Amino acid sequence: MRLRYLLPVAALFALVLLFTYGLRHDPREVPSPLIGKPAPDFALRVLGTDEPYVRDQLLGRPLLVNFWASWCAGCQVEHPFLMELSRRGVEIVGIDYKDVDADGLRWLARHGNPYRSLVADPQGRAGLDWGVYGVPETFVLDAQGVIVHKHIGPLDEAAWQAHIAPLMAAGTPGAAGGRR
Amino acid sequence: MIPELGHFALLAALAVAVIQAVVPLAGVWRHQPRWMAVGASAAQAQFVLVLIAYLCLTWAFVERDWSVAYVAANAHSQLPLIYRISAVWGAHEGSMLLWVLMLTGWAAAVSVFSRSLPRDVRAQALAVLGALSIGFLLFILLTSNPFDRQFPVPADGRDLNPLLQDPGLVIHPPLLYMGYVGFSVAFAFALTALLSGRLDTAWARWTRPWTTSAWLFLTLGITLGSWWAYHELGWGGWWFWDPVENASFMPWLVGTALIHSLAVTEKRGLLKSWTVLLAILAFALSLLGTFLVRSGVLVSVHAFATDPARGVFILIFLAIVLGIAFLLYAWRAPRFVADGELQLFSREGLLLLNNVFLVIAAAAVLIGTLYPLVADAFGLGKISVGPPYFNAVFVPLTAPLALLVGLASAIGWKQVRGAELMRRIRGPLLFAALAALCLPWLLHRRTELAAVAGGFLGLWTLVMALEEPWRRLRLRGAAGLRQMPRALWGMSLAHLGLGLWVLGVTFVSLYSIERDVRLGPGQQAELASYRFELQTVAPYAGPNFDADRAVVAVSRGEQQVAELAPERRRYRAQGSVMTEAAVDHTPLRDLYVALAEPLDHGEWALRVYFKPMMRLVWFGGVLMALGGLLAASDRRYRLARVLQARSAVVTGAPA
Amino acid sequence: MGRRGVDRVVAAGAGLLLMAWTMAWAEPTPVADDALLPQQAQRYQALVNELRCLVCQNQSIADSNAPLAADLRDQVRSQILAGRTDAEITDYVTARYGDFVLYRPPFKPATWLLWLGPFALLLVGLGVAGVFVARRAHRTPAAAPDPERLRRLLDEESR
Repeated sequence: MRLRYLLPVAALFALVLLFTYGLRHDPREVPSPLIGKPAPDFALRVLGTDEPYVRDQLLGRPLLVNFWASWCAGCQVEHPFLMELSRRGVEIVGIDYKDVDADGLRWLARHGNPYRSLVADPQGRAGLDWGVYGVPETFVLDAQGVIVHKHIGPLDEAAWQAHIAPLMAAGTPGAAGGRR
Repeated sequence: MIPELGHFALLAALAVAVIQAVVPLAGVWRHQPRWMAVGASAAQAQFVLVLIAYLCLTWAFVERDWSVAYVAANAHSQLPLIYRISAVWGAHEGSMLLWVLMLTGWAAAVSVFSRSLPRDVRAQALAVLGALSIGFLLFILLTSNPFDRQFPVPADGRDLNPLLQDPGLVIHPPLLYMGYVGFSVAFAFALTALLSGRLDTAWARWTRPWTTSAWLFLTLGITLGSWWAYHELGWGGWWFWDPVENASFMPWLVGTALIHSLAVTEKRGLLKSWTVLLAILAFALSLLGTFLVRSGVLVSVHAFATDPARGVFILIFLAIVLGIAFLLYAWRAPRFVADGELQLFSREGLLLLNNVFLVIAAAAVLIGTLYPLVADAFGLGKISVGPPYFNAVFVPLTAPLALLVGLASAIGWKQVRGAELMRRIRGPLLFAALAALCLPWLLHRRTELAAVAGGFLGLWTLVMALEEPWRRLRLRGAAGLRQMPRALWGMSLAHLGLGLWVLGVTFVSLYSIERDVRLGPGQQAELASYRFELQTVAPYAGPNFDADRAVVAVSRGEQQVAELAPERRRYRAQGSVMTEAAVDHTPLRDLYVALAEPLDHGEWALRVYFKPMMRLVWFGGVLMALGGLLAASDRRYRLARVLQARSAVVTGAPA
Repeated sequence: MGRRGVDRVVAAGAGLLLMAWTMAWAEPTPVADDALLPQQAQRYQALVNELRCLVCQNQSIADSNAPLAADLRDQVRSQILAGRTDAEITDYVTARYGDFVLYRPPFKPATWLLWLGPFALLLVGLGVAGVFVARRAHRTPAAAPDPERLRRLLDEESR
């Protein structure tokens, strides 16, 4: 029975394989348990006003829900790309997370507004329910309001093409279909 | 110029390392004594070269040479001198340089203190150390050169991570690395045994003091790290089961097992292949720790700025070094089967059990540390494994160990005489049980089963550690103590430390109280019969930070016990906020106050802790290290005895 | 490793660092346990020490200054005050952030190996040691005069 003397080599081999995998993945990225589930309910208001904004206003078409804030540096990084998406006709709902309304509006005035609707979440309560842990985060919703994907960190063309564009296309039968 | 000199010295050291790795081995192969002798001079030359490189980097820090990218990233013009010197190892590149300095230092020590070893053994061991050094020097030169210049030169540095600006951190990493790297000597001796096929009592004797020395540094390093985290991280924790801590704890556990199995191999000629395996494993886990800390595969609170390219390099290096070692083991270890007798109820039998528990405990830490990665790799989802898991698993795995410690020291080698054993343990057993029953109630007026159990294990270990000196004193008076060998003193002291440590861990885990309170000046909070009154909070300016310092008066009954001054600092260069906790301590309790954050109306959020027996945890660690020091310096291991051992090599030919 | 993989990891790392940095600007909401009864305060401490802060490197929400950690501490406190059980509170958090936030991983098929592995290993280890000892317990010592033994006796003398 000399085989047992080979056990250490075998264990080493397994560990090296594991680490080879580990080096290719970011341990900090935490997948959302909300994927495949209906977007959590919320009752917020439109940024800068008292007009209510509720979850059901997200239904009807696939869209992006983007959590951002004027104090967030990562949001500035992704902002030009959101502007580009809005030019391409992608609908984005922006939720201004833990921010002062005036600051958020000023920020948009300076950098441009890519959002279809603007929602204020000054206490971050909706953010908590949606499992946001660091802005910017972007959720992809289908027409029924089910979360189909979540992107953590600044959104860019590569992530868009790889993960989001196919979902948006799939969720929109005959992509150019009319408004509801 | 100076940084270039340092860089050049590293390159030269690499060349010397190649010579050190190749020439002595060729000498052994071709039976050329003069080639074998090259190893020693090469090891010493290499140490000097790396030391020059290290001093050059220190110089760049002292002189605030911001053109050196590493210096600019980890120092600041206002950083005090002592922290500019310790900043050398404050981040990845410099700490690797320190690592190599230690490695070459250990190799140089081997070359000096092993003159009496057989020529070929010495040559092979130094060649292995040289080969390790090649890998680490290449790693520094190719992926992590601390001497890289940058243009344009910034106006000022970005400052040392404020967490690291603490006296504890000035000495914690060097001690820890001394331990990590020190296991390379045991590793080298293990490979020597495998290469030469000679593994006998003499081999165990050469290896023991080196292993014990490395272990004592690692013990001190871990203890100091825990002490530092307690004071500097600000939340009263002293052990977080963070991957980086686990990375140092695993080699410690296996190193502890190795120390004990070496004793069996030396005294009884048993467990040979197991001992060799442990010697390889202890160093393997040190390498693994380096990989985990620097590759970014795991999320840790103390991780270095990580870079996958470095991870890839260390992984390849680790695979090569350990692959060769383990293959060599698979090939040669089967010949080390010893044929001595082994009884379960004998010291060697209990030490075997001790090894099982220690190694399984290390395996449990490894499983817990790597499981998030495993789960992710097999698509089982992202999970976290934290303190609740480790405490739940580690305690039952190691509690039997504490029982064994006391028992093994009362049992002789080879066979136990039941009656004598009973006579020796009866008193201690009774005392430990009674004291454990009373202690929780006496101290805290609340008896918890876990406290009785933990207290018993601690007291039992502690009393049994004192039993041997006591017995000698009783039998032969003071002369008995004087004649007690240092190795035995070392064992008693280390076990005494372990006993105190177990006691401390038990009580601090079960009877700590913490509260988050909101206080304005003049207001009070109660905690465990102590009254904490916030008196004032005033700003002051440090050399490179601005701080708020609170004065908290602690009293019990009518009497003031302590005046504590916790601080909340904002370091100017990076704008980061640090809590400096304030602690008042006696052997039986710590009172700990941290200033959390300012609230409205001049109020502050404070955290106050009552932590019983906290000091025993670190005091126990220091005693263990002292025990190691005594044991490693035992006369038996010194030259005269080694000569004797050398003659044993001739007689103890391999089977 | 693919060049793209490296880039992605570096980019993600940089992004997260940036995020962590930006988060540091918002002042955390302070929490004090004044309002809790002693027993509730104990539950509060136990819970916040077992929940992981997501934005941090590796810290519990008790140990973190991050605003999200403060929010979660607030949630834990107000839910304790609202009379929720510990299980309800951890369910609340995992429904939003997944099992990743639990420092005590739940016992389920995916973690069987984690929870049982060490004890299974211990059984194997004790088994192997037992067999080893059983095989050697009654071996007669070598008949030939053994220099090792002689020296051992001398050693024991010198102890």
